[in-house]
Amino acid sequence: MTNTTEEIVNLAGVAKSYGAVRALAGVDLVVGMGECLGLVGHNGAGKSTLMGALAGTLIPDRGSIAVGGVDLSEQYSVVVAHHHGIRCVFQELSLCPNLTVAENARIFHRTLKGFGWKKRAAKLIQDKLDEIFPGHDILAGDIVGDLPIGRRQMVEIARAFTVTDAPLRLVILDEPTSSLDAVTAEQLLGFVRREVQSGLSVILISHMLGEVLGSSSRIVVMKDGGVVAARAAGDFTRDSLVAAMGTVAAAKSEQQISATGFRKSGTAMIDARPAAQMDARKLIAHKGEIVGLAGLAGHGQTRMLLQIFANAKKRYTETKVAAPVALIAGDRQSDGIFPLWSIAENVTVGSLGRLVKNLLVDGTASRAMAESWQKRMRIKTPDMDHNILSLSGGNQQKALFARALGSDAEIVLMDDPMRGVDVGTKLEVYEQVKQEAQGGRTFLWYTTEIDELSNCDHVYVFRNGQIVDDIPRAELTEERVLRASFHEAA
Amino acid sequence: MLPVFLNAQLLRSALPALSLGVLLVAIFIIQPNAMSYFGLNLMLQYAVPIALATLAQMFVITVNDLDLSIGAFVGLVACIGATYLHDTPGLGLLMLAGCIVVYAGMGALIQLRNLPSIVVTLGMSFVWLGIAVLILPTPGGKSPDVIKALMALKIPAVPFPIVAAVVIALIVQAGLMHSSYGAVLRGAGGNPKALARAGWSMLQIKMAMFALAGFFGVLSGLSLIGLTTSGDAHIADRYTLYSIAGAILGGAEFVGGRVSPVGAVLGALTLTLTGSFLIFLRISPDWQIGAQGAILIIVLALRALISRGERR
Repeated sequence: MTNTTEEIVNLAGVAKSYGAVRALAGVDLVVGMGECLGLVGHNGAGKSTLMGALAGTLIPDRGSIAVGGVDLSEQYSVVVAHHHGIRCVFQELSLCPNLTVAENARIFHRTLKGFGWKKRAAKLIQDKLDEIFPGHDILAGDIVGDLPIGRRQMVEIARAFTVTDAPLRLVILDEPTSSLDAVTAEQLLGFVRREVQSGLSVILISHMLGEVLGSSSRIVVMKDGGVVAARAAGDFTRDSLVAAMGTVAAAKSEQQISATGFRKSGTAMIDARPAAQMDARKLIAHKGEIVGLAGLAGHGQTRMLLQIFANAKKRYTETKVAAPVALIAGDRQSDGIFPLWSIAENVTVGSLGRLVKNLLVDGTASRAMAESWQKRMRIKTPDMDHNILSLSGGNQQKALFARALGSDAEIVLMDDPMRGVDVGTKLEVYEQVKQEAQGGRTFLWYTTEIDELSNCDHVYVFRNGQIVDDIPRAELTEERVLRASFHEAA
Repeated sequence: MLPVFLNAQLLRSALPALSLGVLLVAIFIIQPNAMSYFGLNLMLQYAVPIALATLAQMFVITVNDLDLSIGAFVGLVACIGATYLHDTPGLGLLMLAGCIVVYAGMGALIQLRNLPSIVVTLGMSFVWLGIAVLILPTPGGKSPDVIKALMALKIPAVPFPIVAAVVIALIVQAGLMHSSYGAVLRGAGGNPKALARAGWSMLQIKMAMFALAGFFGVLSGLSLIGLTTSGDAHIADRYTLYSIAGAILGGAEFVGGRVSPVGAVLGALTLTLTGSFLIFLRISPDWQIGAQGAILIIVLALRALISRGERR
């Protein structure tokens, strides 16, 4: 690998689990001095978790971290990482919006204090911004919250490269160009290439494969919490990268391709166009169809679902929704469950209108409904009157499915609901969804797991808020989904 | 687009001063006699303790919390000041220092247990009040002569409360808005996660902010008994709402760490003056709280309008 150069960091056997979900399964990673390491992988491959461990923001369950040949696993933290010259530009911005650009530089550098600190901080960040993004229009006195998102990202990137007392050896850039325009993105990549030549190491995480191929010396591909390929960048092409990201499940059962490869006809239940769509593509769903929404996380799928949900009760809008709608939230803790209520209450709340007798909720009817759904969804609990939080995550999600399927909604929107759910539960729910679809319900299913798309009759791939590919069931392959998700305009 | 944007921002920061100015002009029109050294001194004498309590509240608001105990706390400080501090100054000072430590402890509890600050401080307000009633069951006691003398200070040309308010505002402005640690403290309100990622201890920051709030609460209570010359457990019950209203009038926002010390002091002055203004209008005291609320709503509505203009 990079034995010839001095190694900056050496991660060995780093593992991290969140409950039942294994985010990292013992990953080894070595970064050499003056190396630009490209890191790619689909959602949930473990990239951000690995970088969190390296930046010191999360503590791995197992594994060792050595910096410059010294094992630091025992006392590793953000401060230690910073002290050893490791910086991270996080995907979600970590600037304080209420402070000025210069004050945000101060937060980052403990030594910026005493008389005249504001001037020094301003000069530090201003000089770095000038160096990376010549011709930018950011002032050190600007309040960060007043800057548009792209400018904020520029500030955050520049801040990571500023140096006061601690040395700078490795900068992690996690999707650095996601909010930058083409010109500033190119300025940044040019700067990274220059810095790497003068001995700095950079880890570049990006879904823009062209950037990774063009700027890195070595590329590591991650999938399902492990490294599946690591080679010199020159050995990869765009196609082989996409292939490497998808290898494991590529040979998935062909027999699943059903006879219903053609779209159902008749009037569309949903006819909607994403707000950001430039061309004439539309999302269409017919009665009884399961329509998948794919693509990388945060590329407009949830917005699309919410747009449909918001327009469900309106008649004269561009987004046409022909029947009542229920939404199954992805973030069940914040958007899904009522944490103080019982399981039964959580299930019946979507159907209260039908359970009313003499102006009051009919106890017998709602108990009957809760119990029948407990059987149908196989919710594992001794008593539906127990608190919802007594259930495991997967069973909570089943209760939320029961709430949606038990309502009179003919269209069910699913916002990546199977996140962090165990396989057994998933299979049970898939089966239920298929049955309901055969019974005439329409499903819109946003998922970040490509495997789940095999349950869909038709798949739309989203990128940057737009539909970029429209794949019938018969033509669905993981490679095509990945290609569409990662494709670039250039 | 940029100049318009700047104007809205400027307007927003000038709003506290503007509302104070409008109120003063209205008072001077109704009651020209108020425009004198004596008149201003009389109208603003209680501005100093209210301004200090407002700043205490502002520190807590900076880190996205709310202090519902500040009124009761100021009452307790007044009771300690009128009894122990007068009779045995050493013990009195020790008790006040202890109060500040407990305040810092509230901050630690809120941070460590991830509790809502309104619950913790609401609970503590009864503790403060209970101790205050134990110390001074009926109104009375005597305030220390030093404090009395300080609060009765006569400065030529400009009334003492105005000078005191300006000095206090400038000191806190410098400390919170211009010092390097002040930036960190405010950053904790803007994005606590970012602060933690940069290696700062949120526990330390919360404790510092609550200790500062306790310290300013102590100053508020002492300045208050300097004016009243005796103590009472219920002397400052209204301060809790005054302090929140004053801080918000002064441009602070409940979340996000956007605060302004100068604005908070101006907000406190505005609130103090509304009392006089309503008396001059011959509005019965029964209606005063409601009328103060109405003024608050008008100012906040103006701010909302400005923010909306800004977004466009």
